[in-house]
Amino acid sequence: MTVTEIGSPRRRKEDQRLITGRTRYTDNIVLPGMLHLAMVRSPFAHATITAIDTHDATSSPGVVAVLTGRDVADEQGSLPCAWPITPDQKAPPHPAIAVDHVAFAGEVVACVIARSAAEARDAIELIDIDYDELPVVLDLEEALTDATLAHPDLGTNKSATWVFDSAEAGTGDDVAQVLAASELVLERTYLQQRLIPAFMEPRSTVVDPTGEQITMWSATQVPHLLRLMLALTLSIPEGKVRVVAPDVGGGFGGKLQVTPEEVITMLAARRTGKPCKYTETRSESLMAAHHGRGQVQRLKLGATREGIVTGLSVDLLADMGAYLGLVTPGVPILGAFMYNSIYKFAAYRFSCTNLFTNKAWTDAYRGAGRPEATFAIERLMDDLAHELDMDPVELRRKNWIKHEEFPFSTIACLEYDSGNYEAATDRALELFGYDDLCAERDRRRAAGDRVQLGIGVSTFTEMCGLAPSRVLGALSYAAGGWEHAQVRVLPTGAVEVVTGVSGHGQGHETAWSQIVADRLGVPFDSIEVLHGDTQTSQKGLDTYGSRSLVVGGMAVVAAADKVIEKARTVAAHLLEASTDDIEFAEGRFSVRGTDQGLALGEIAFATFSAHNLPDGFEPSLDSDATFDPENFSFPHGTHLAAMEVDTETGEVTLRKYVCVDDIGNVINPMIVDGQVHGGLVQGIAQALFEEAVHDESGTLVSGSFVDYLVPSAADLPSFTTDRTVTPSTTNALGVKGVGEAGTIASTPAIVNGVLDAIRHLGVQDIAMPCSPHRVWKALQDGASKGLGAEEPVPDRVAPEQDAGPMNSSGNLPTGDFQ
Amino acid sequence: MATAQSTRTTSITVEVDDMTYTDVVEPRMLLVQYLRERLGKTGTLVGCDTTNCGACTVHLDGQSVKSCTMFAVQADGHAVTTIEGLAQGGELHPMQKAFHEKHALQCGFCTPGMIMQSIDLIKEHPDPDEHTVRDGLEGNLCRCTGYQNIVAAVQEAARTTRESAVSTTEEGAA
Ligand code: FES
Ligand code: FES
Repeated sequence: MTVTEIGSPRRRKEDQRLITGRTRYTDNIVLPGMLHLAMVRSPFAHATITAIDTHDATSSPGVVAVLTGRDVADEQGSLPCAWPITPDQKAPPHPAIAVDHVAFAGEVVACVIARSAAEARDAIELIDIDYDELPVVLDLEEALTDATLAHPDLGTNKSATWVFDSAEAGTGDDVAQVLAASELVLERTYLQQRLIPAFMEPRSTVVDPTGEQITMWSATQVPHLLRLMLALTLSIPEGKVRVVAPDVGGGFGGKLQVTPEEVITMLAARRTGKPCKYTETRSESLMAAHHGRGQVQRLKLGATREGIVTGLSVDLLADMGAYLGLVTPGVPILGAFMYNSIYKFAAYRFSCTNLFTNKAWTDAYRGAGRPEATFAIERLMDDLAHELDMDPVELRRKNWIKHEEFPFSTIACLEYDSGNYEAATDRALELFGYDDLCAERDRRRAAGDRVQLGIGVSTFTEMCGLAPSRVLGALSYAAGGWEHAQVRVLPTGAVEVVTGVSGHGQGHETAWSQIVADRLGVPFDSIEVLHGDTQTSQKGLDTYGSRSLVVGGMAVVAAADKVIEKARTVAAHLLEASTDDIEFAEGRFSVRGTDQGLALGEIAFATFSAHNLPDGFEPSLDSDATFDPENFSFPHGTHLAAMEVDTETGEVTLRKYVCVDDIGNVINPMIVDGQVHGGLVQGIAQALFEEAVHDESGTLVSGSFVDYLVPSAADLPSFTTDRTVTPSTTNALGVKGVGEAGTIASTPAIVNGVLDAIRHLGVQDIAMPCSPHRVWKALQDGASKGLGAEEPVPDRVAPEQDAGPMNSSGNLPTGDFQ
Repeated sequence: MATAQSTRTTSITVEVDDMTYTDVVEPRMLLVQYLRERLGKTGTLVGCDTTNCGACTVHLDGQSVKSCTMFAVQADGHAVTTIEGLAQGGELHPMQKAFHEKHALQCGFCTPGMIMQSIDLIKEHPDPDEHTVRDGLEGNLCRCTGYQNIVAAVQEAARTTRESAVSTTEEGAA
């Protein structure tokens, strides 16, 4: 079959509606008689509710009803957590509307239903609530002591402890013994600050209770999981619930959730019998939509003086926040398999204690567990290189899995199918001009320049394509990891592809069309991809964890192949030949060695009319497939950052960024580059800009885009992105997944670069985000040890960049290497 | 008090995407609410409540404004263009084309605002360098694209606009 579509930078099908404003985001939906919701949220991070007076609100103009936790206590159930990581995991009940206890500031305590959104918002001001404040626990080390409890009824802040030990698993040695015998042991504690996913579309839900099925439109990544969980949580028969994810404005894990607001909107619609809508404000979104990261990482890395790593011990404290969301407890566990990254260690132990605090709960955020793991190991590798006075790339070379060693069974029990770290690294070094930049850094260091240059290195691999169902079972996750697709050939020969994944910016409509166009030999434009509605896409496990292509794309391939086999039978019958003699190429079935043949469209019409089909042939070419991956996929890459640090102001400038990722075969290079760019920025933002900050009472201080610094175009340079191609050997497309790659590798590359610039001034570590103030402070502390600069604290909070360094990195070709 | 506010209403006449509308609105109604809720112009989106994101950007008499920063009554007697009014006679605006061509959007939520702001930007800077584009888009946040392809799209649209201006002048001269 001639391959024409796969690998081509097809412009996206989904763009047309998005660039003309012909969009259907949930908040755009208006239904007859629709009512609007507004939420009353707790101003306290921890309190008991002693009284709620809704009288004035209820009689406010336009108000239809007010719901409190008590009003719905019997029907609201408890919000689901699908990932109990240990049998004895502890969790508080999680009501959609708090009944008598609130555990974070922003928790919903009442809901007003009114004829307009403005009337609903006016009325929430009239609700009077008495709280008895309780002491708050915010810090992880403090939570570990149980001195103050986030949930007094639970008796502890510890939700669960999960351990992996290579000696116990039989994959390696005992880490304590190995570390004791190591020539060198690095001990470090790194902090993963809390981040906020901050998708641009605030979450919104519309529920229409009219008709036989109750329909929910929601800004969600997971319509199928949402439908299942609504049925289970609210005891509604599953067949009576339809969930639609219409256009969804970004997710990044932040919309991988079953939210209180979704449940409340459902309850409100059922109560009133009217369509109901709730759209959060940005402030509500930042405060109460789940956060990400939030870990203390205590690490010990053993090594020889020659730079061979001997063992790694990881002891994590992971911030659950106030509740367990859909996959909250599992997020740090996803990291457990990635601390060893691309390296060969003799011994490894991972232990994680999940702790409750009085903050919004955490859950998946782009990378989920894997960025944290990569940050830790890549920071450690740089620290080790510094300790041994070795080139950081050379140190990594000494320890990584060589390309001829694949497939490779890792100490964390994974089987890496393929990879070529040498090739990706060599290409990255070349594009970056590594040697020249290192020489410049050394010159500027020797000259004592005010603005110092640092080179940040990070390699990474990640487990993508969540996931083989049996592996998820072994990790106690409640669901499987398969994906479903259906390929339908219409009488006109046009093709409909139904997919169980639910895109929200990833370009599935385009990429799936490319795959099917090649597979079935039909034109790209004759293919329609349907998704995100449980009524048309009847089965699926949705979009997260870089799984859509690797798992969902493979289901599409499997369904298309079934269509071909059915069509072959019809073709053989119509052409009066044996099926063995029917060849299929470029959309045409022909009898081997003859010019006789039929196009797929002709066979589709013959099947539709069903006048002349083989005996017993079911008159349909349509085919379903459910694909369960046999393994994860393991993209990898090498990222290099040139960071400039003004030693007098602490200002940090990203001068140049090069990444070479290996994501296996590429369906659409244009979409891949876009995913990498966006991923890089989110990772860079963790390193330099973003942090969810709370005051000592537990109130979110960074509660708007004024304080939560999502970077703008002006904060960033252009990137040089490139690829090497080592196909995955565990799926027929040879693909690996790209959604999270940029986010995973960029954070440590940036921080390593900042530290490389100023390590010689006595700076050992800087907590993220490396704001000018923090960098300046670190330089002062370094100076107090006898090195560095002394200047007043600058009051800027975000680096501002000038044209020079920004432009200097934008002139290399991007993404056209294959 | 809400009740007092909701009784005071004003009549406004606004031209939006080449249609003239006369409506009675509450003084507190934001322009973006008027567009979305009264006129059904849902192509214009709301991403924040602190005027930081730019998702709501439209043109008022040809100048970009964040429609969440002004009241509907302030648009009385003015002409508003939204993302829905850009394409003329079935032809996409060069900026829309460039966003598509350069893959300058993923989820598309920032896109209407980004496109409206970018049109304003190249009007002021017909041949912008990267720095100028990045600075000019500082008030428009995108969480998906990392901005790189947006910058490329704006420069591409600036180029096609310059070229078509040249060819129009040449045609005019001929
Ligand atoms: S909605 Fe964010 S600036 Fe207007
Ligand atoms: S494309 Fe999603 S926010 Fe810009």
